[in-house]
Amino acid sequence: MISLVVNGKTQQVDVGPDVPLLWVLREQLGLTGTKYGCGVAVCGACTVHVDGQPIRSCVTTAAAVAGSKVVTIEGLSTKTDHPVQRAWIELDVPQCGYCQSGQIMSAAALLAKMPSPTDADIDDAMSDNICRCGTYQRIRAAIKRAAAIQKGGA
Amino acid sequence: MGRATTFSRRTLLKGSLAAGSGLVIGFWLPRPGAGPPPAEAADAFAPNQWLSIDRDGVVTIVNSVPEMGQGSLTTMPMIIADEMDAEWSKIKIEQAPANPQLYANPVTGAQAYGGSRGVRDHFEMWRKAGAAARQMLMQAAAQEWNVKVEEVDTEPGYVVHKGTGRKLAYGQLVDKASQLPVPKDPKLKTPDKFRYIGKVVHRTDTREKVNGSGVYGVDVKVPGMLVASIERCPVFRGTLKSFDASATKAVPGVNNVVQVSNGVAVVADSFWSALQGRKALKITWEEGPLAQLSSAEITRGYEALAKQPGMVARKDGDAAKALAGGGKTMEAVYQVPFLEHACMEPMNTTAHVTADACVIWSPTQNPGGAQATGARITGLPPAKVTVNTTLLGGGFGRRGEQDFIVDAVETSKAVGAPVKVMWTREDDIQHGFYRPATYNVFRAAVDTQGHPVAWWNRVVGPGILIQKGRAQAGTIDGAAMEGVRNFPYDIPNVEIEWTEKDYGVPIGFWRSVGPSQNIYIVESFIDEVAHLAGKDPYEYRRALLGKSPRHKGVLELAATKGNWGAPLPEGRARGIAVAFSYGSYAAHVAEVSVAPDGKVRVHKLTGAIDCGIAVNPDGVKAQMEGGTVYALTAAFYGQITLDHGRVQQSNFHDYPMLRINEAPVVEVHILDSGAAPGGLGEPGVPTVAPAVCNAIFALTGKRVRSLPINFDELKKA
Repeated sequence: MISLVVNGKTQQVDVGPDVPLLWVLREQLGLTGTKYGCGVAVCGACTVHVDGQPIRSCVTTAAAVAGSKVVTIEGLSTKTDHPVQRAWIELDVPQCGYCQSGQIMSAAALLAKMPSPTDADIDDAMSDNICRCGTYQRIRAAIKRAAAIQKGGA
Repeated sequence: MGRATTFSRRTLLKGSLAAGSGLVIGFWLPRPGAGPPPAEAADAFAPNQWLSIDRDGVVTIVNSVPEMGQGSLTTMPMIIADEMDAEWSKIKIEQAPANPQLYANPVTGAQAYGGSRGVRDHFEMWRKAGAAARQMLMQAAAQEWNVKVEEVDTEPGYVVHKGTGRKLAYGQLVDKASQLPVPKDPKLKTPDKFRYIGKVVHRTDTREKVNGSGVYGVDVKVPGMLVASIERCPVFRGTLKSFDASATKAVPGVNNVVQVSNGVAVVADSFWSALQGRKALKITWEEGPLAQLSSAEITRGYEALAKQPGMVARKDGDAAKALAGGGKTMEAVYQVPFLEHACMEPMNTTAHVTADACVIWSPTQNPGGAQATGARITGLPPAKVTVNTTLLGGGFGRRGEQDFIVDAVETSKAVGAPVKVMWTREDDIQHGFYRPATYNVFRAAVDTQGHPVAWWNRVVGPGILIQKGRAQAGTIDGAAMEGVRNFPYDIPNVEIEWTEKDYGVPIGFWRSVGPSQNIYIVESFIDEVAHLAGKDPYEYRRALLGKSPRHKGVLELAATKGNWGAPLPEGRARGIAVAFSYGSYAAHVAEVSVAPDGKVRVHKLTGAIDCGIAVNPDGVKAQMEGGTVYALTAAFYGQITLDHGRVQQSNFHDYPMLRINEAPVVEVHILDSGAAPGGLGEPGVPTVAPAVCNAIFALTGKRVRSLPINFDELKKA
């Protein structure tokens, strides 16, 4: 048994030592907002926060994060009102939407440590997340908008 | 349309609840073994299959076009709601079940969606569906008030008596309207009366896509469901000889191992267990006739065939004679590779086959095809096969195929339980239906004034329609010729030839299909001809577009907005391209630089689009923005190669996607021609690669004649 703290809730899961966090979240805890895209940490669709840091849950075992604070897209806000989510809605960022949980978790982690990112900061922080629909331009704009919302400039 | 039928969709469970926006995006969810829910007693006004209004005034609109990112869950309801004057906040949207009788595309006759056909093929039909409802509601109110129908009008959600200002909500008119005959040819609004069409309307599916609640195929969960992963023959067209599953069956969580058409399915209680079981399989494949096939062999074969005459697809005048006529001539060879779609959501489907029913949950572009596949495999009549279309994590043409439906239906049938078959990224890259690789020869001649007098083009490659049995072998495949046969330039002597050569690599429809590659080659070569003539590439095209004003319109708009001809900083240049595809006209101006290591940077792409009536202008922009990135990925990186019949790429490390740090600024300008709507999912793609490659030539003098761009060749010496 592994004890996981996911979105503020402590849960016991019975999984082997090599099972990635991604599959525990999706298949055992029913948190399907976190997506599988590549399985080898090159697309970012599975990004979640572990103790505030964005990590790739497809290559991080559940055992490795036992006791750490895991936050998934479902736990980012209770009312879909995190500044990043609000900005994403305002600018109609998603197309197919499949990568967007990962994009949003990466963006939220960026804004938590860097409240006013430049284009270069955004490119640097977001270039591990692939969007096949090509929403990059809106992601850039929405991160800046989220930064403004976060500062209270709603 | 006949007399109004009344039914309710209350029996449907909702796949996801988008709280807050007032909109509910649902899909038909499952009671295992059950077919479509039965019609209920009349408690709603449903003049046709597209909409119903309940007594609370809630309008339920049924969207037949799968949502794959293109915005069908927004655009489709906009059209219906506009003509019926529905209140936007009172609209619920449901995804249609597979039922081709009700929901087939009226142009293709199939309940399948590709070719950017959502709006353009259904626009009139959906407008009429909404207008019929509005007309009936107006008649019902006129009866209620005992006035002439000419005295009433509508505003969102209400019928209004013009003389007195009295109002009746649509919900209050449900019973009366249900008694009226459905008008066959309801009067449509004039465009100046559009309330939603052409206006800013936010997407209806954003909320569920930013909080993780949206249900994609991979997220489907059914009681008692197992998860499977299939080991497939690494060589195309290979077959299974034998397998030993004893080690697999010892893997914890593995439940069953079954042979299916596409390989060996490991069925487990979780995807991870299925993957571990799959690794333990011992399989012997009969690799079949393609076991030695390589990309080099394909290229050599194409090259040899390109020296032989092909089938003549178009002949105007006498190109051979004009080429020999003494003017300046040139010849060039262009090549493009196989490409995989790489939808972010790998292929998957869930199915539950029982003795008397088959229920499918799938991120499919082809619900009608999925139903037919389910019926074929189970032997059940199509009416017993329910298809629930989930959100699609990308489509791009890949999800019109049936292989991933076959996987799930066969596996569920074999194990007698609901099964979700999930593909890995590696499965997805290595078992695709690829954009065809082709080899193309061009010749052209210009006269002493620089006017083109001959255009000759031979294309060698496979035909998608022929491989899929949708066109006869030995004929000219329309998909292969799209973009090369119908190029717009006014040239007196033209000959276009096609030579079919299919090595057996599975091919399919890849976002913008023929034009994705043919516009690259045509728009690159016309650029070469412009330089041969010593003319500005924009002005040269423009002068040849006299017979196609819509091409000319977007070309001029892109050139103006892209500052064609204006000075640029040192080390930058522009390129331009224009095309028609899928009912729309598009042009791009690219602004590029090349780093000393040869890496191309696209700073800006200025796009112009004439898609006729732009139903959702921000959606138009989104599709153009997205098309740009899709096209640039192909131009920079896209390449599937074969060795020993196997795809050599496997994941995003060796089949890379453009990332945000490489994404250009994209500007989109809509040319409002007022014409009937054209497509949008695809038309943003074709002109991007040639505009970029033409800019590279303008900057470096090096012509990019094969994709992906070889950055090494652009290195500064």
